[in-house]
Order: sequence, then C-alpha cells, then structure tokens
Amino acid sequence: MTVKYTEDHEWLKPEGDHYVIGVSAHAAEQLGDVVFVELPEVGKTFAKGDEMAVVESVKAASDVYAPISGDIVEVNAAIVDEPAKVNEDPQGAAWFVKIKPSNPSEIDALMDEGAYKEFAGNS
Amino acid sequence: MSATEHSTLKKTPLYDLHLSLGAKMVEFAGYAMPVQYPAGVLKEHLHTREKVGLFDVSHMGLAYLHTTEMALGSDEAHEKIAAAIETLVPGEIRKLKKGAARYTVLLSDDGGVLDDLMISRIFLDELQGMLFLVVNAATKEQDFALIREKLAGVAELNIVTDRALIAVQGPMAAAVVNRLFPGAAEQPFMSIRPRFWPASDDQAFIVVSRLGYTGEDGFEISVPNSHAELLAKALLAAPEVEPVGLGARDSLRLEAGLCLYGHDLTPEISPIEGNIAFAVGKRRREEGGFPGAARIQRELAEGPKRLRVGLRPEGRAPAREGAEIQSTDGKTIGAVTSGGFGPSAGAPVAMGYVDAAFSKTGTPVNLIVRGKPLSAVVADMPFVPHGYYRG
Repeated sequence: MTVKYTEDHEWLKPEGDHYVIGVSAHAAEQLGDVVFVELPEVGKTFAKGDEMAVVESVKAASDVYAPISGDIVEVNAAIVDEPAKVNEDPQGAAWFVKIKPSNPSEIDALMDEGAYKEFAGNS
Repeated sequence: MSATEHSTLKKTPLYDLHLSLGAKMVEFAGYAMPVQYPAGVLKEHLHTREKVGLFDVSHMGLAYLHTTEMALGSDEAHEKIAAAIETLVPGEIRKLKKGAARYTVLLSDDGGVLDDLMISRIFLDELQGMLFLVVNAATKEQDFALIREKLAGVAELNIVTDRALIAVQGPMAAAVVNRLFPGAAEQPFMSIRPRFWPASDDQAFIVVSRLGYTGEDGFEISVPNSHAELLAKALLAAPEVEPVGLGARDSLRLEAGLCLYGHDLTPEISPIEGNIAFAVGKRRREEGGFPGAARIQRELAEGPKRLRVGLRPEGRAPAREGAEIQSTDGKTIGAVTSGGFGPSAGAPVAMGYVDAAFSKTGTPVNLIVRGKPLSAVVADMPFVPHGYYRG
C-alpha cells in the first residue's frame, strides 16, 4: 500500500505492523513557517479523529488529528526540537508519530494520492 | 483566496504589484491585502529586523483636518485646530512643533479607546492650522464620522482617497529612503516632511513621515495613487528591500510591544489600562478637557484596576489571543489579547490584561493553552529593543 491521506491533511503509510503519520506538503505550505510542535506521549491511545498533536506557525495553531485509531508506538522528537523541519520535509524526515492500528479497516476509507491532490486543489 | 473572491473587496493602488510579487492575499478591514509573499512570514519578519521591509498600509485612513475659524498660515490657526482636536484626544497637540507627529487616541465619553492614531502638525508655514491624521483601517469610517460630528463648525475634515501609504521599515530604511529623498536620513524621529518625487516633469507631492509600527527605524510615505506603484518599485529595487505582508507586520509590532487596535485596545479599555499613558500629554493630565478625563485622571492618580502587560511563556508553545491568564493558585486574573511566536525574540511572546496586583514584571502566571496551564512570567516590553532614530 502506498501513502494515504485524510481530509484534515494528514498522511500515513505502512511500516511493518504500524503506520507512520505526518502532515501533508500541502498543509505544511498552507501553515507557513512552523515554530512549535506538540506530540503525544508514547503509549497513548487515540480514536480516529481525536486531536493527537499540535502544530503552530508564526500566524496560527492547528490541530493534527489521528487518521486511524490505535496506540502511539513512537514519536519524532526531532521536529519538536526543530519545528522548521516540518516545512523542509513534511512527508519524509518530519513525520509526527507511528501508530499501531486497532482497527486497520479504517485505512480503506482514506484517500489515495490522486484523490487527495484533487481534494487539496479544491480546498 | 482566489482572484474572483477579491472582486467584492477594496483594492489598494498596489494590488497588482502584490499579485505580481506572488503575495498570498487575504481580506483585512474590507481590503484585499497581502498576508505574506513567497518568502513567508518568518523570513519577512527577520528581513525587516535585519535590513528593510516594504509594507503596503494604504488601507489605513488618511485625512487632513483644518480650522474653519480663521485663515490658515499662522500659529494662532494652529492653536485653533489644536484646541479643537484636543476635545477628542488626550495628546499634547497644542505644543507640537511644525512637522512633528504624535501618537494618541480617540476617546469615548467614558475614557475608552475608540482608536489609536497618529496626528501630525503640517510642516509648511502657509498651512499652519492644518493637521494630518492617520487612523486604523477597520475604524476609519466611524473615526472620521465622529470627528466631523464633534468638530462641526470649527474644523473641516478632508478624507484622503487618492493616495497610497507605503511603510519602509528596518535598520537600513534611512539609507534606502535617503537615495530617493535626499535629506530623509536626517529627518527627526516622529516628524513629517513634504517632498517631491521623482526628479522629472511628472512630479508628485509626497509626504514622508519618520515613524512606523515595527519597532524599527523607518518611514511611512504618502504618495498619490498615480505614482504609488512607481515609488514602491523604486524602493523594492534597492537590494536591501523586500516586500513584507500583514503576517510579519503583526509579529513585528507584537515584539515591539505595540497595540493592535480591536485586540489590545478596545472601547472598554482606557489608555492608562492599556499602558499607553504616553498618549496622554503631561499638561492635559492636569487640565483635563478630553472625553473621559475624570476616569483617566483617577486611574493616573490611583492606578488602574487592570493593566496591559507583556507575557513570556516558558518553553516554545505560543499562547494566543483569548488564552485565559490565571494566578499560580488557579484564579482567573485576565486574558491574552495578542500572542504568538516572536521570530526575533526566538521564543513565544504575548501581551494581555491582568489585575493590577499581578502586573509587576517577573510575576509568575499561568496561561491556559488547550486546557492546560502553561507557565509564563509578566515581562517588560518591548520584547525586542526598539531601533528608532535618535539622531
């Protein structure tokens, strides 16, 4: 499976038995220069759609929602130390968290790259 | 926003230039305005502090106010117009020197701030009895209506609709502006001078004020619409100058400890509570004679019940407008009115109102951000030292 996207501009992709999650390049560009990131604690459980992390630019604060339900298995402390990384490589090095899904079927409802590009282009 | 969404909005004479520079446009006070250019808020902010930023502030309200009680051109005429406007503002206008600018506020009858504004005494001898006003974009209609109503019969207000206002701000602003307007580098801080530009047959009358709202040295230049884009391009052609949008304008003024009207100042807040007592002239504190004088004199004597203070959150999380301010034992003592990340401060900065008992610098407080208390201290402003010209 390739990268999937939510309507709230998170992306996720599979990695072993969990999923890596971040914010889309489109979202990072819209936010502008990121100056602050707050990530959840490892071990915390979220339901799909829960507020999971916070990302703030000079101008505004945005919530990052859990794209699927599950437990946090790892977080990317590097983006807390250097929030600007979110603008530099939002869909690579600046991933936010890794989640172990509790209901993998939720992933089917998410958009693929083509559908997301169309969605983001209209948003 | 798309081009079609702009159609219902007012445009400044620099609208096309903003688009050609790749600006992201947003609605502000009924105008389509650039919030940022491709460089982004952070770089635009830092560039202004390091070199020079160019801002379109043409949405602000410009007007000339002159006495109708006697002919212009004498000190007596200035006394007349000063006495008239001093019935609406607490600033010292009478003793302003020719060509000097002053920051003050329009007051409601109970001493609340209806707007903050800049009042300048015209420089030219033959126009004594005339003042130049610059008010906020969002409040300009009501400000001008109030001034006309209250000063009917003694003064006439001419609203300027055919001019742009370009702010040129930053430590190298004087060098840049001096190339176009020789002598501008020696123009005093908080002064206004008439100029002509360019040096050709098609000259325009320009008003150059040495002031601004970023905390840096700089100028605001009033230019006819016909010459606005030409002048903006001439300024942008200087290697030091980059265009800067409203996003960085906001973070710059926040770091400079300056109020954003409608957020940090409102009709309920007095200039004393707003910690802008300098907007109330020394003579005027004793004499009164402005709206709400009783309240303002009482607050000056006894201290206000609440006060605008600077706030420095610990850590990196910004506290934004609306965040509740609590004492360390959990009592509500105020609210944040402006806040964000200060790119030059390298840390989050905020301002807000607290009960006077908690207004001392260094007082620990909690800011409630996303339901959680964030430790902060009451801090001196500005957060970044002012770079005003003191020559």
